[in-house]
Amino acid sequence: MKYAFSFLVVIVLIVVAGLGSQIQGMQYVFGVALPYLAILVFAGGFIYRVVQWAKSPVPFPIQTTCGQAASLDFIKQNKLECPNTTSEVVARMILEIVTFRSLFRNTKSEIHEGPQLTYESSKWLWVFSLMFHYSFLLIIIRHMRLFLDPAPFWMAWIEFGDGIFQVGAPNAYITDATILMAIVYLFGRRIINRHVKYISLINDFFPLVLIFGIACTGILMRYFLRTDVDILAIKRLAVGLVTFSPVIGVKIGAIFYIHLFLVSTLLIYFPFSKLMHMGGVFLSPTRNLKNNSRAVRHINPWNPDIKPHSYAGYEDEFREFMVDAGIPVEKELPVEKG
Amino acid sequence: MAVPKLEQLSKSVVQGPSLATGAIPTRDWMDIPVVFKEGNFAYPAKKEKVEYLNSQKGLHFPNAREWSPEHDDWKLPENWKEIILAGLKERLEKFRSLKIFMDCCVRCGACADKCHFFLGTGDPKNMPVLRAELLRSVYRNDFTLAGKIMGRMAGAREMTVGVLKEWFMYSYQCTECRRCSVFCPYGIDTAEVTMMIRELLHLVGVGINWILEPASNSNRTGNHMGLQPHTFKDNVDFLADDIENLTGIRVNHSFNRKGAEVLFITPSADVFAEPGLYTAMGYLLLFEAIGLDYTWSTYASEGGNFGLFTNNELMKKLNAKMYAEAKRLGVKYIIGGECGHMWRVLHQYMDTMNGPADFLETPVSSITGTRFTNAASTKMVHISEFTADLIKHGKIKLDKSRNSHVKATYHDSCNPARAMGLMDEPRYILDHVVDWVEMPENTIREQTFCCGSGTGLNTDEIMELRMRAGLPRANAVKYVHDKKGVNMLSCVCAIDRATLTSLMNYWNPDVRVCGVSELVGNALVIDGETRGDLDDGLRTML
Amino acid sequence: MYNKGTIIPGLIIFVLIVMSPVLYNGLKAGSVPKPEPPPGGEKQCVLPVSEMRDKHMQLLNEWRDEVLRDDERVTVVADGKQYRKGLQLACMQCHTNKEKFCDSCHEYASVKPYCWDCHLTPAQQKAALKKETH
Repeated sequence: MKYAFSFLVVIVLIVVAGLGSQIQGMQYVFGVALPYLAILVFAGGFIYRVVQWAKSPVPFPIQTTCGQAASLDFIKQNKLECPNTTSEVVARMILEIVTFRSLFRNTKSEIHEGPQLTYESSKWLWVFSLMFHYSFLLIIIRHMRLFLDPAPFWMAWIEFGDGIFQVGAPNAYITDATILMAIVYLFGRRIINRHVKYISLINDFFPLVLIFGIACTGILMRYFLRTDVDILAIKRLAVGLVTFSPVIGVKIGAIFYIHLFLVSTLLIYFPFSKLMHMGGVFLSPTRNLKNNSRAVRHINPWNPDIKPHSYAGYEDEFREFMVDAGIPVEKELPVEKG
Repeated sequence: MAVPKLEQLSKSVVQGPSLATGAIPTRDWMDIPVVFKEGNFAYPAKKEKVEYLNSQKGLHFPNAREWSPEHDDWKLPENWKEIILAGLKERLEKFRSLKIFMDCCVRCGACADKCHFFLGTGDPKNMPVLRAELLRSVYRNDFTLAGKIMGRMAGAREMTVGVLKEWFMYSYQCTECRRCSVFCPYGIDTAEVTMMIRELLHLVGVGINWILEPASNSNRTGNHMGLQPHTFKDNVDFLADDIENLTGIRVNHSFNRKGAEVLFITPSADVFAEPGLYTAMGYLLLFEAIGLDYTWSTYASEGGNFGLFTNNELMKKLNAKMYAEAKRLGVKYIIGGECGHMWRVLHQYMDTMNGPADFLETPVSSITGTRFTNAASTKMVHISEFTADLIKHGKIKLDKSRNSHVKATYHDSCNPARAMGLMDEPRYILDHVVDWVEMPENTIREQTFCCGSGTGLNTDEIMELRMRAGLPRANAVKYVHDKKGVNMLSCVCAIDRATLTSLMNYWNPDVRVCGVSELVGNALVIDGETRGDLDDGLRTML
Repeated sequence: MYNKGTIIPGLIIFVLIVMSPVLYNGLKAGSVPKPEPPPGGEKQCVLPVSEMRDKHMQLLNEWRDEVLRDDERVTVVADGKQYRKGLQLACMQCHTNKEKFCDSCHEYASVKPYCWDCHLTPAQQKAALKKETH
């Protein structure tokens, strides 16, 4: 149901862009106005969300320690899993963000007769997540050849590397294949893995289907539906967009507008969705804090003024017992009057 | 409710239709209401306990009343919904963690089978991700654009009494052990979510007695057990007598003594109940062996802090006693005994809440000269750090053979492991005092499994739940019991000592539970002792 | 603890990354290259101009496969004119200047076809012939 709905929405988006872009004059809406709006919403929304997060303080140092802390000099600290200094935290964060270290730890548990519980390493989610994110990143970087004029020299290396198998013309990209594989896996586990199936929302299916749509239209445009896909005209528009002088010279095929429209949708959707994990991962207090909370005092800006039940009050209540038991007191018992 | 027989429960966790065993519920989780029945909830807080706490300065525990989760009407205040939503808004503004954790989850499911409550019950709402969704769905509805526009399609739902009841059920089926946060790619910590839900519930007078009664005792008498000063002293004196009978050593301990070098604070359970008693005897012997100038306090006689399981205000108020007493007695620094959640508070909250403790000094062991720079600001040292340092410098004499009746394993308590990073100090001590082995690797250190009854859930009315939630831990112990002949489960947590004992009695009756300091006490060789052959260490009956 | 010191620089880096194409181009949209028409004045090709523009790489790839792998060297007839299948045999006969024809667009679009790993441009061919005769 949830994934069917996501497909439906993406199909509607495709139809809208496919037909809409064919109406005279609408090319500028789909090719210029919407992309501008999308990038504004994306960047503005992203910054807004991060600022909203940042407005709340981190009142307590709540690192999740995943290894031995720095303590006595003969106890070996695990600097990456239990960082104590800024540079150790930076190293932990880099590993977390660049290599998805926490996901690498993933295990799969099973309950057998007995009962007997077993846990085995399970790295598939890690493998395909990495595949997905890095394919996406490379694809974005690759697209910069259309926005940068002249394209920087290293662009050619990425092009060469990604097309190193030299299959077909234009060369088939490795990342096109890997992102599709990764999407299929990530989507598949949402309908097969029983845990994930039960928790998945439309919010989880929609971005996957949308990105699937983007990848497919891109691949179709590059290899199959090349009619009216003049790379010169497309680059002219792209460079025009980033130099604020966009021109749509010749007719560009509908597939291009569909691709662009889906990308615009993704950009607009981004700040309002779980995709904000891109920014959030940097701000997670269980990962980005130092575990030095006993050595350096962490300040809570709203620390409430609360005093303990006082010792004086305590002694007043129990003085007699304390004196009887020989526990020292601050105030002696009143001398009984005879 | 009686606990099911071992065979029954063993079968149930494997074959019972649950998400953990392969059955997928046909209805969406939002459409499955919670049903309370005897045995699946901890009893609500007694009216007078709530009233007492609410009367204390700085605390807010409104709506004291008689009520039961089984009744339809929970006697909530009329404007309960506004209170909850305003409370949520306030907490979003106070805790960045809450905002990030509400916004960033992608429901990848990596946490799903990491929770001991989920593994033991198979209840989908015990998957950490879904536990957080219970709150997240309400957050979406009232605090996000997508939720406001799209409603349920965006995973949002309105706050209703049903949702509130669900919160109560599942925030008290989480022990804030943080195991899920180790595996989460964004470090989302369900402990934070559970803490927030529990704080919100207290705003409308929904709380459990097993937490609020110890908390109010702790406020008034200084400890959870409600031991008054003379009783507390009597208990420790009694342990000292036992030690003398067993070893011929008369330990020299004191209470509320001004001018001592060190204030020693441990969970009161250690001086009150087995098997913690033996751990306390271990402390007494150790301090005697090195001639430490220290004092106990009857006013700050509780290391544990059940405030952590309610809200941050109560946590602060209870914790504040430690520094207040250290200041009054004029000690130089504080040593803390073996306790899990106590050390979460001491390590991650105390200095922020009640510091700076500038009237104390950076702890320096007067025996070894070691400066505990890792505690330079809180001025509070863990007993395992202190003991490991003594052993390293050869300041105590240990005879491992005195623990020859023990084949131990070590349970990392959740909080020292995942909220402090204390893992190798206890292991270093164990290496020197006992023959011991590790449990399987996915069940120790940062991946350790909770005892299943932490955060104030160690109450008897939910025994089946506790036995289920403790199954992953018990099962790992069973493994080393069967394969390596382990007969003792050591730990550094007072709640563990109580709860693991019940858990072992149920799942692995041949395995006993002890504190690491008990094993130290067993092995200690002290000048002038007249110790006979203690074939069960400090537990030997004479 | 608000971490302004890291969040603000972080957001600036984010904006710089998003704006990088704008900064790189410096608001100057360079001119779009115009490939040189055949110097010999030929007006006709194997396919209409627009199709050649969009699909020449696919056509060349097909020819390559047909000739080299399947040994199908039959000629192509378009508008009554015969062409032999091949970059040098057909295309470069009219479009004699690689730099002004092929490269002008390929460079603009940052495409590096591997045609010239094997093929020679007419200029290179001439130079090679010269060398041989000496």
